[in-house]
Amino acid sequence: MIAATLPAQRPPDGKLLMMDGRGQIRHWARSRFIDLLGRGDLVVANDAATLPASLTGEHLRSGQPVEVRLAGRRTLAEESIRFPTAVIFGSGDFRIRTEERPLPPPMKVRDRLRLGPLRATVDAILGHPRLVQLAFDGPVEEIWEGLARHGRPIQYSHIQTPLALWDVWTPIAGPPVAFEPPSAGFALDWSILRSFQERGIDFRTITHAAGLSSTGDAELDALLPFDEPYYIPPATALAISHAHLLGRRVVAIGTTVVRALEHAARPAGSVWSGAGLATQRIGRTSRLGVVDAMLSGTHEPGTSHYELLRAFMDDDALRRMNEELGAADYRTHEFGDSVFVERIKPSAARFEQQCPAA
Amino acid sequence: MNRNSEDEVRRHVGGLRVAITGGTSGLGLALVREFLNRGTQVAFVARHRDSIANVTKEHPGARGIVGDVSKKDDIHPIAIQILAALGGLDVLINNASDLGPTPLALLADTDCEDLERALATNLLGPFRLTKALLGALAASAREGRGAVILNVSSDAAINAYPRWGAYGASKAALHHLSRIWNEELTAEGVPVMSLDPGDMDTPMHAMAVPDADRTKLKRPETVAREFADAVGGLLAFMKPESQPTLQEAVR
Repeated sequence: MIAATLPAQRPPDGKLLMMDGRGQIRHWARSRFIDLLGRGDLVVANDAATLPASLTGEHLRSGQPVEVRLAGRRTLAEESIRFPTAVIFGSGDFRIRTEERPLPPPMKVRDRLRLGPLRATVDAILGHPRLVQLAFDGPVEEIWEGLARHGRPIQYSHIQTPLALWDVWTPIAGPPVAFEPPSAGFALDWSILRSFQERGIDFRTITHAAGLSSTGDAELDALLPFDEPYYIPPATALAISHAHLLGRRVVAIGTTVVRALEHAARPAGSVWSGAGLATQRIGRTSRLGVVDAMLSGTHEPGTSHYELLRAFMDDDALRRMNEELGAADYRTHEFGDSVFVERIKPSAARFEQQCPAA
Repeated sequence: MNRNSEDEVRRHVGGLRVAITGGTSGLGLALVREFLNRGTQVAFVARHRDSIANVTKEHPGARGIVGDVSKKDDIHPIAIQILAALGGLDVLINNASDLGPTPLALLADTDCEDLERALATNLLGPFRLTKALLGALAASAREGRGAVILNVSSDAAINAYPRWGAYGASKAALHHLSRIWNEELTAEGVPVMSLDPGDMDTPMHAMAVPDADRTKLKRPETVAREFADAVGGLLAFMKPESQPTLQEAVR
């Protein structure tokens, strides 16, 4: 795959690879994504807006420059922004590959950071020299103002021009709780939502604080995804119950929706509504109880997003999908092309075993 | 309005999350007070930190946000702070306005920069802020809370008053924008109103018409009450039908 280097959310030539529940691969124009859906399908997207979570500043004990990337929070409450987890980078910025960034000065508990108008203390080192718990000074409204004014969207070297917040907010963005964009939602716009209505496709949202996708450090990357708080509105939980009772599909827009819904799963494909903290990793051994299909970006082997695909398909199918993505020049990363994957329901598999000619 | 429907309107306003631009003087300040009195959570936006501090000192329950809606780069920082403070949004009131040149001038004497500033504040600002907050408003509608956008208009949006060119043209554009938004967003459960408050006794009116007879002008508090009633009435009207029960869904 090749890196998508322009911040276009819905490029006219966007591509989509579909892997259906039988392991068959087809190629589509992503703009025709809606044609993969049917009347009665329930589409669930993550409406989190993306925080300007990259903060540049100075480590006061050493006087050295740092970039702080906010990486996690315990809840979605306004006050929880005071105590974020964060990954610290050394000098330089997003134009340098994260793997090649200079290390930051060694962090110690009680070290002070000056981040534009914000001041923060290192409260704890979280099992890795660059992963810390911060505590911001001041009233919470001043923390939010400082973050909103001084922060920049987290970005990576495959895009060399600075991103603005409007580049990384999906059209449906609401609560500002994500640290990186829930980028599968870039595929949606208000015109598609209107088409959903016209075609009898139900559309609902959850809010999930999507965290960092990469740090450039193998040890840290192995810890991803960090814990992520989410909120499932009662109306969304009800719609999911209805969909399963009526034998209809639940289609997740992005890995964050899969993580939240499966974390909140109850028996018979329903979910708990309300707030939760997704702590689980989804992979080969996960059994999906809620989500039937997913629209997602294309993901590189080794990432947690890639591992999540194993819950939808076996190793052979995943290998074939990867080969096809490479052969057809699909673009990867947050502004890249998409995949639409269906999982094989155990009941469907059993049915096929019993009736192979059906 | 009879007593019952008044209660109904108030019930739909209480518990809401409301954002108001231009909230430190005139109609904006009156709207902040009116919605606070009705038990809503209020965030308001204004350009000057000192003016905001004066309002929040008087009304500690309201969240003041420093920002200039005419500046593109201010929009998302404003939206972030509104949504963080309120945890979402049910009602957006685009009230902040720019009068154009003062004293008011004939169009032929209006500097291009004055027209640009009026358009930036009265048209582009509300457009951008609405776009940035639409996801949150539509989420409120989907969740059954209801959502409304109110754009403050003017009779100068309809009538061609000499010397009101920059203001009138920008408000006319905002009024038409509101009508099209309304056509498009009603399907999302987010109706858009454009309301003319009439001539009010406000600092802006004093700038425009310094020798006006203030006794003949409407009190901004009166208009704020009317606007809050209009918002509540529309929310009551838009109240979604009750969700089907599981039994109804599988029947």
